[in-house]
Amino acid sequence: MYDLIVIGGGPAGLAAACSAWGKGLRRILIVERDKELGGILNQCIHNGFGLHYFKEELTGPEYAGRFIKMLGDTGVEVRLDTMVLTVTPDRQVHMVGKDTGYRVEEARTIILAMGCRERTRGAIAIPGQRPAGIFTAGAAQRYVNMEGWLPGRRVVILGSGDIGLIMARRMTLEGAEVLACVEVMPYSGGLNRNIVQCLRDYDIPLYLSHTVTDIKGRDRVEQVVVSRVDAHRRPIPGTEMVFDCDTLLLSVGLIPENELTRQAGAAMDPRTSGAVVYENMETSLPGVFACGNVAHVHDLVDFVTAESQRAGQSAADYVLGRTGGEEEALEVCTGDGVSYTVPQRIRPGRVDKSCPLFFRVNRVCGDSEILVRSGETQLACFSREHLAPGEMERIVLPRILLDRADERITVSIREVVSQ
Amino acid sequence: MYDVLIIGCGITGAAAACQLSRYRLKVAVLERENDVSAGTTKANSAILHAGYDPEPGSLMAKLNVRGAALAKELCARLDVPYRPCGSLVLAFSDQDDQMVRTLCQRGLANGVPGVEVLTGDQARTMDPNLSPQVTSALWAPSAAICSPWEYCLALAETAVRNGADLHLETAVTGLERQAEGWLVRTGRGEFYARYVLNAAGVSAQEVHQMAAPKTFTIHPSRGQYFLLDKCEGDRVGHVIFQCPGPSGKGVLVAPTVHGNLIVGPDAGPVEGNDVSTTGEGLGFVRRTALKSVPSINFRESIRNFAGVRAASDRGDFIIEFAAPGFLDLAGICSPGLTAAPAIAEYAARLLAEDGLALEEKENFLCQRRRIKFHHLSPADKAALVAREPAYGRVICRCETVTEGEILEALRGPIPPRSVDGVKRRVGAGMGRCQGGFCGPRVVELLARERGVSPGAIVQDRAGSWLLAAQTKGGTDHV
Repeated sequence: MYDLIVIGGGPAGLAAACSAWGKGLRRILIVERDKELGGILNQCIHNGFGLHYFKEELTGPEYAGRFIKMLGDTGVEVRLDTMVLTVTPDRQVHMVGKDTGYRVEEARTIILAMGCRERTRGAIAIPGQRPAGIFTAGAAQRYVNMEGWLPGRRVVILGSGDIGLIMARRMTLEGAEVLACVEVMPYSGGLNRNIVQCLRDYDIPLYLSHTVTDIKGRDRVEQVVVSRVDAHRRPIPGTEMVFDCDTLLLSVGLIPENELTRQAGAAMDPRTSGAVVYENMETSLPGVFACGNVAHVHDLVDFVTAESQRAGQSAADYVLGRTGGEEEALEVCTGDGVSYTVPQRIRPGRVDKSCPLFFRVNRVCGDSEILVRSGETQLACFSREHLAPGEMERIVLPRILLDRADERITVSIREVVSQ
Repeated sequence: MYDVLIIGCGITGAAAACQLSRYRLKVAVLERENDVSAGTTKANSAILHAGYDPEPGSLMAKLNVRGAALAKELCARLDVPYRPCGSLVLAFSDQDDQMVRTLCQRGLANGVPGVEVLTGDQARTMDPNLSPQVTSALWAPSAAICSPWEYCLALAETAVRNGADLHLETAVTGLERQAEGWLVRTGRGEFYARYVLNAAGVSAQEVHQMAAPKTFTIHPSRGQYFLLDKCEGDRVGHVIFQCPGPSGKGVLVAPTVHGNLIVGPDAGPVEGNDVSTTGEGLGFVRRTALKSVPSINFRESIRNFAGVRAASDRGDFIIEFAAPGFLDLAGICSPGLTAAPAIAEYAARLLAEDGLALEEKENFLCQRRRIKFHHLSPADKAALVAREPAYGRVICRCETVTEGEILEALRGPIPPRSVDGVKRRVGAGMGRCQGGFCGPRVVELLARERGVSPGAIVQDRAGSWLLAAQTKGGTDHV
């Protein structure tokens, strides 16, 4: 019987396991499906990781390496090249690996840290032919950075998510020609620094309010047709631009990978596509926690780390019986301008001094106020100069405010109209 | 000199090859693409129809009902996914109610077992997500779903294991009648055969006219589909049709044997083998399907695709000698998948009547089994992995397909030559991430087993290249 089984050895799983060890747990197992720890960071060879957490600029593998080193100083057990097939509500974990065989392990707590996957062509129904040469940006990144192969020479990128922007630069540096980055929304879904450093610095045009309306090519992509869209994201006839290219990369969103979570029976939140979690990252299943991109898609690994450390600590508290405090929970509701929050439930009795709350807005806003209300009472108000769906927001709610709330709190955005 | 040479290895050609490989005959199959099942067979509704649609007395009617019975037995023997779920044809108006009664009469005339007319409420009791607007429905318990490409592969593999020769990437360019039979010219040399079977699908008219004057026209008709993730797989428990129209059986909603939900097709004429999808066509499919089942969540779509039906101007299957020793198996549109083994049986009878001796082999191999790791019990999984560790490495996360299964396919009777060939055999890449994670690993296994560079591996057809070049510094560092 393990105290804790962590499913996934990416940044979330590594931080959670290290933190749980630090808080006193000793029988900990990480199960990782790949042949090494680090998760998707291993293929993110660009820099920009760690600015918040380590206060320096690291590459993905370097960032992962720091945690792998920290883990090496603990007694945490790691099973690589091993895939978890089933998690039961009574915390049995079925796993299989070429070298580790088929095993069923029991645990007092489980941390779900499986990360996310990319949306595909089928999810967004791009019409046209179905030739080779259409890759998700992450799959292309794996080919270039891990396998040593360039998947194409003339490239159009659909979607301005961060991985797509990073791949625009990466493919350019490897000698491919990136003809355009096309975004259906009137604003980019990626970090501003990536727009500047990956597109503008290389003169790659960004077409906002445009989308791919046709793909041509019998065997391999030969042409991609791009059209402008109206305010309802419908293509406008007559605005077609044709790009002669052999590759279309898709960076059209990430989806938390929650098949195990659902199958275990945890309550899900359709807004995050992750499990509903409490202030300590616990799901609706007692002793089962979720953190990192499996709970909600982050932009910065630094925040994944912080969130996962809290999950690790919570698992330790759970096992060591330090989870006192009232069970009664506040529901966190999304008001105007807010598309989701994490956590979705807060037990004020369990909050020590304060509780961080992550959320995303559903539109670009200038000078704004983030309002936290309970019923008619305004509990808190935070100012921001700029808010965008591509950048996750974080506020901290002190315990003293939460104690004044009744049943539910609502987070909303009010844009301040300048005089 | 072959006794019988079959042109085309879709479901019709594969069924004919399997049937003929029972006998002491030299059989060959020529296929233009780099895999079997590469045309209409891999892109259709995957339904084994009960047989109430075709006009009584037609070849379609006869061979559909017989084929449905044979398919059930074949799928069991050859380990092909098959589910006898039954089908409902929905009525939404007085006119539809009349059509449902007509279909029931046709079903009885065609000998379809168990057909009956249900009220709207009875239908909703069977499938609670059906629209409240449904007024009546035809219930056909003998309809089933299957995996068409695995079915075709199983038939072709059985033929190969019983001695038939399969020549892939071998396109027929000409046919010439000779004293003993036919000279068949291809891009890969010449073949001689006493009998030639034309199972060329959408290209059947072209092949026919290499041997005989034109007697029919193929009018390719395209159908577009959505495939939805497994969380939508239980949206309906039966194959849900609407009343058929002049262009076919209309838009259906059905579970798949792999646990997904399939929605489609529309129908529209196209030139040749045009399998592109269109915003318009997909929009029509979506709107029409929601009339049957209003709660379908199209946000769970994981793939769109289109297939081309090889419909002819005759309105029935064309199974007849077009020239001495040249037998057409043409115009095989729906219910062609269902009828295939009956078409093969019928073709064998026509060959026998023409003088071909059909002597049964004593050692005909008629069983086939393949390991499907995901379907094993925990104890069986543990035992298998202990014995064969390669079954412990999961390559495709979405469908839980292991390295062992992929290696087994790569070492099988018809080894896959492409990433999609692997997908059709074992399901890797069929799931919600559409090969995003397993693609590079499948490429690696294909390259290793075939002894070629990863750069030589194709997605599907020859020419569908995946990797342009090694990166700067190449793969030295990996």
